[in-house]
Amino acid sequence: MSILDQPSSSQLSGGGMTRRQAWGLVGLLAAAIVAWLVFAVWPAWLNAILISKKAFVSAILNGLTLAGLYFLVASGFTLIFGLMRNINLAHGSLYLLGAYIGYEVTSRTGYWLLGVAAGFAVLAIIGVVMQVFVFRRLEGDDLRQTLVTIGISIVAADLMLAVWAGGTYQIATPEWLDGALTLPVVTAVRSSGASVFLTYPLYRVVVLAAAIVIGVGLWLMLNRTRVGMMIRAGVDDRAMLSASGVNVHAVFAIVFAVGAGLAGFAGVVGGSALSVAPGEDVRYLLASLVVVIVGGMGSITGAAIGALLIGLAEQIGLVYFPTYGVVLTFVIMVVTLAVRPQGIMGKAR
Amino acid sequence: MSLTTVADGAVPQQNWLDKIGAGHVILAVALVLYPLVASDFFLTQIAGYSMIFGVLALSLMLLAGYGGMLSLAQITVAGIAAYAVAILGSNNSNVLGFGWPWWTVVPFAVAAAAVSSALIGWISVRTEGIYTLMITLAIATATFYFAQQNYAIFNGHSGYAGIHAPVFWGIDWRNPKPFYYLCLGLAALSYAAVLYGSRSTFGMTLQAIRDNPRRMRALGYHVTAHKVFAWFLAGILAGLAGVLLVWFNGRVSPGTIGVDVAIDILIIAVIGGLRHPIGPFVGAIVVILMQTFAIDIVGAERFNTLIGLVLLAIVFVSPDGILGLWGRIKPHLAQGSLRAGP
Repeated sequence: MSILDQPSSSQLSGGGMTRRQAWGLVGLLAAAIVAWLVFAVWPAWLNAILISKKAFVSAILNGLTLAGLYFLVASGFTLIFGLMRNINLAHGSLYLLGAYIGYEVTSRTGYWLLGVAAGFAVLAIIGVVMQVFVFRRLEGDDLRQTLVTIGISIVAADLMLAVWAGGTYQIATPEWLDGALTLPVVTAVRSSGASVFLTYPLYRVVVLAAAIVIGVGLWLMLNRTRVGMMIRAGVDDRAMLSASGVNVHAVFAIVFAVGAGLAGFAGVVGGSALSVAPGEDVRYLLASLVVVIVGGMGSITGAAIGALLIGLAEQIGLVYFPTYGVVLTFVIMVVTLAVRPQGIMGKAR
Repeated sequence: MSLTTVADGAVPQQNWLDKIGAGHVILAVALVLYPLVASDFFLTQIAGYSMIFGVLALSLMLLAGYGGMLSLAQITVAGIAAYAVAILGSNNSNVLGFGWPWWTVVPFAVAAAAVSSALIGWISVRTEGIYTLMITLAIATATFYFAQQNYAIFNGHSGYAGIHAPVFWGIDWRNPKPFYYLCLGLAALSYAAVLYGSRSTFGMTLQAIRDNPRRMRALGYHVTAHKVFAWFLAGILAGLAGVLLVWFNGRVSPGTIGVDVAIDILIIAVIGGLRHPIGPFVGAIVVILMQTFAIDIVGAERFNTLIGLVLLAIVFVSPDGILGLWGRIKPHLAQGSLRAGP
């Protein structure tokens, strides 16, 4: 925080290691335990405690893939909210609209990839329209931004209900994404001595991979490119960026397009893995709020950590304590805020 | 709503009428006489309900307007009071229901609400601005899910039903007219208390903390303690509203404290205006009227669209809600009287 605090962190290492090294050791130990839990053949007593190895590993994999989906939604949210300080509580509506558009395009043309592209493109355009007509007028006015976007999400939810009714849709995935993947993880050993390997839906693994690729891409864009530099500069000092000859409005329109487009993309991808129905908008809005608050505003790495924590907590909670699993995510959030109000990777202001 | 008359004479008169304000007297007389003209439906479903939500939004106005803390957990606090009434009093759900008399139940319920509000405040004062909104939203959602899934205390999805307003002084407070006067009395009391409190030392300190927390901390004020105490006071108001709400509905369930209701309260407070304690009541009347009659205007299908559009229009046109609009129109009216003069 201040100059006075600085010596303490380096002088703390009177005995042997710094605080960072200690945490690294703890992390390594935890990773080793998880690796052993995943790859070793469980003894009977462990199966008795944790239901079964299959349930445990499935919960972790489901948590990871759900985290991938949450990251896709929340990364768009954190771009818009964290970097530009634009509070878009209609982000969940963008997700749901993307899912519906993906459903329509996929079911009419038969090409899933076309649906994904349409989900991204249409929502990117809608995002730019929102930036120009809503947020540019309400710059710096948090409360009004919040209320206007709440109003937009109410109207959007009602109109989507009018068009697509209350039914549940499932976006069809192409054949090359269907099927299951046999993982090198032994869940049980038969009495004949043959090992039973875990199978897992290929599509969910692809979702996770896509999330990782997009996450790395976003990080590189923000930290290694000229546009990313402009975005970061615009967040810190918009007037100065503008004075150095950059069209700030254009830069922010790009960010909004990417953020909203990612929500639409996540809508199609999520709608193919799970389902599309009214009410999903609120669910994903809350998920991205929690992920971004836990991870820290405006940080892509933070969104990834937050998504991992929330996704894993939700799925593990679902398996091991179903009654209070939902509460667990909020407990994580409250604890994070109590310890680090700016989020795990957030910068103190 | 607050009709402040422009004094003709330049000499200020310090009698009691000026102190209270002529607008308040006219409003009070009108509200007391309202049952003479109103039907039972307008008495409870519109006026009584508006006052309950007005008090709830008033507790938010106290936090947001004077303390600068935007809360979405007011309905949660009210819900805690409502559940306390159901659990400590009597219900017909065959779960818990200790059957205590109303005069023990109500203070306990309000105290429980105030204490939990202070707790929520204690967690959320670590954050600022939009973050407060989000953490309170998260607390509200977590409480909602917890109430929905816990059967031992909250009776899960179905909640509690068959809760009655008490009968005392020979009056059944469930009937429309007594219930209206009960709501009116509590609303007026809360309104007067907030108005008085805003001018008290504590109220002034709170507003100073809202405007410049660092300076107040440097002056030696305990900023966190003041904020948490504001949450405690807001919790009393929300708790009172919760007691009225459970008597009004006769039941309480997780749906009572859902996210949409939490957002409704914010909408009510902002549509009315956060600058003055009368704002939440104005907002409550507008929103309740809209929710009741929008179905007649646009049909049951699209009335959410109408409510959303009205919210958008008001936020875009007037940042300070209806009170802000009134503040803009008032100078024009005053000009009219100037022109008529000599």
